[in-house]
Amino acid sequence: MKTIKEINDKIKKGQAVVVTAEEIIDLVDKKGPKKAAEEVDVVTTGTFGPMCSSGAYFNIGHSKPRIKLGGGSCKLNDVPAYCGFAAVDIYLGATAVPDDDPLNKVFPGEFKYGGAHVINEIVAGRDVRLQATAYGTDCYPRKKLETMVNIRDLNEAVLFNIRNCYQNYNVAVNLSDKIIYTYMGVLKPNLGNANYCSAGQLSPLLKDPHYKTIGIGTKIFLGGGIGYVAWQGTQHNPSVKRKENGIPQAPAGTLAVIGDLKQMKQEWLTGISMLGYGVTLTVGIGVPIPVLDEETIKYAAAGDEQIFAQVVDYGKSYPECVPGSLAEVNYAQLKTGKITVQGKSIPTGNLSSYSKAREIAEELKSWIKKGDFLLSEPVARLPGAESGYTFKMLNERPIV
Amino acid sequence: MTRKRIVLHFPHRLVDQPIIYKLVKEHDLQFNILKAYVTPQEEGLMVLELSGKKENFEKGIQYLESCGVKIQPLSQDVIRNETKCTDCGVCVPICPTAALAIDPITRKVHFYDNKCIACELCVKVCPARAMEVRF
Repeated sequence: MKTIKEINDKIKKGQAVVVTAEEIIDLVDKKGPKKAAEEVDVVTTGTFGPMCSSGAYFNIGHSKPRIKLGGGSCKLNDVPAYCGFAAVDIYLGATAVPDDDPLNKVFPGEFKYGGAHVINEIVAGRDVRLQATAYGTDCYPRKKLETMVNIRDLNEAVLFNIRNCYQNYNVAVNLSDKIIYTYMGVLKPNLGNANYCSAGQLSPLLKDPHYKTIGIGTKIFLGGGIGYVAWQGTQHNPSVKRKENGIPQAPAGTLAVIGDLKQMKQEWLTGISMLGYGVTLTVGIGVPIPVLDEETIKYAAAGDEQIFAQVVDYGKSYPECVPGSLAEVNYAQLKTGKITVQGKSIPTGNLSSYSKAREIAEELKSWIKKGDFLLSEPVARLPGAESGYTFKMLNERPIV
Repeated sequence: MTRKRIVLHFPHRLVDQPIIYKLVKEHDLQFNILKAYVTPQEEGLMVLELSGKKENFEKGIQYLESCGVKIQPLSQDVIRNETKCTDCGVCVPICPTAALAIDPITRKVHFYDNKCIACELCVKVCPARAMEVRF
């Protein structure tokens, strides 16, 4: 048994033993969980995948004369941002697109530029165009503002993603006879390909399936800088079916994360375009797991062959909300590049970069080893499988 | 025996000439058209796999050049922008010739441009838009 305080004391002295979520698998296999738990202090995880419910807020500072954007409108590089706050606070969502984007009018739309790309440019230190209108008041008389802004001049620039880091995800296939364009990528007809989206054995919440160490307040690697778990993410769904090893077999827990955008790096926050679907942000996240006991390390040592996901038809079942899985496969199978569904061997592709996930886990490992990154004690736990917290469908009711 | 994938650029004045017909008939070459279109500038573009005896192949190329057709090896046309690629691998199942493949150890995506037939399926499928066409 170790405490986070004891682990931090070792980190400060540069004596902490830190391994990645990949390295721990072989280590536990060789030495057994008891010995490994005594030797290892921290396991670092990583993931780098598209995470749509992401965005950033900014305080741009007051203009002379003053303007109140709240109740008005505002755009950054032509991408509409939300400004229904006080005078000069703005939230830019990752999936927002310019008003004149052709969208899916010529199908499939390309969605070349949107909120995620603006966030990437802001992080990269590039100037972006701010255009805003307001209705004007006695204390905030100005009605129009057009200016270039740069991250170095903003009072606050904060990445605040309300759902990231999905604990497991579907494997998407297409049973229909037409090609489809989805958030899981292009899916060829009649089981032409299978796309998945997880770092599997490196993915943060898959290595702490019951949220025993990861909680609200956990300090993390976020977009190349430091961030924190702010809350459970939206659609957090801990009560899905789990294997005997505790690992969910379907999309389950999620994280809401927050961090100072000013110290993040453009390479870990990339704007991407999903053909026929839209714009989204690929976010790099790494979560350290303190090895408190034998149990933590057993969970952290789960390998790809022990982590299972459901194969879901995105041709009909997903859009029509028809529950059901065509097959259950593990991440080791997915990584071979082929899985078998309904007797057909189909090629697989990952939307989440495993090699980048590995880089993140390595980077976080080096920060901790150097003593630059201390672990934080979570201030509250995320709702677990026993909490009764679930993800509900919308109950539509007529407007009266 | 020589087998190469090449890109032919036909200037406007040649678009209505039966150049490929003469190329194969007079030089005894085999061909497989991978792609052909006329650009908005009315320039003809053709991606061709050409094979035959080395001597015939060379004469065929000379013939094309003498007509004014500009020739480019195919591998220069589709390139991967290394700084944009995130090595996710979602392009891999889309590529019909396995020119894009994931390394089982490093999990990085490799682009074997000698296998590429410039179908361009990867170009729009790539979320990071890392695959670029330079005809």
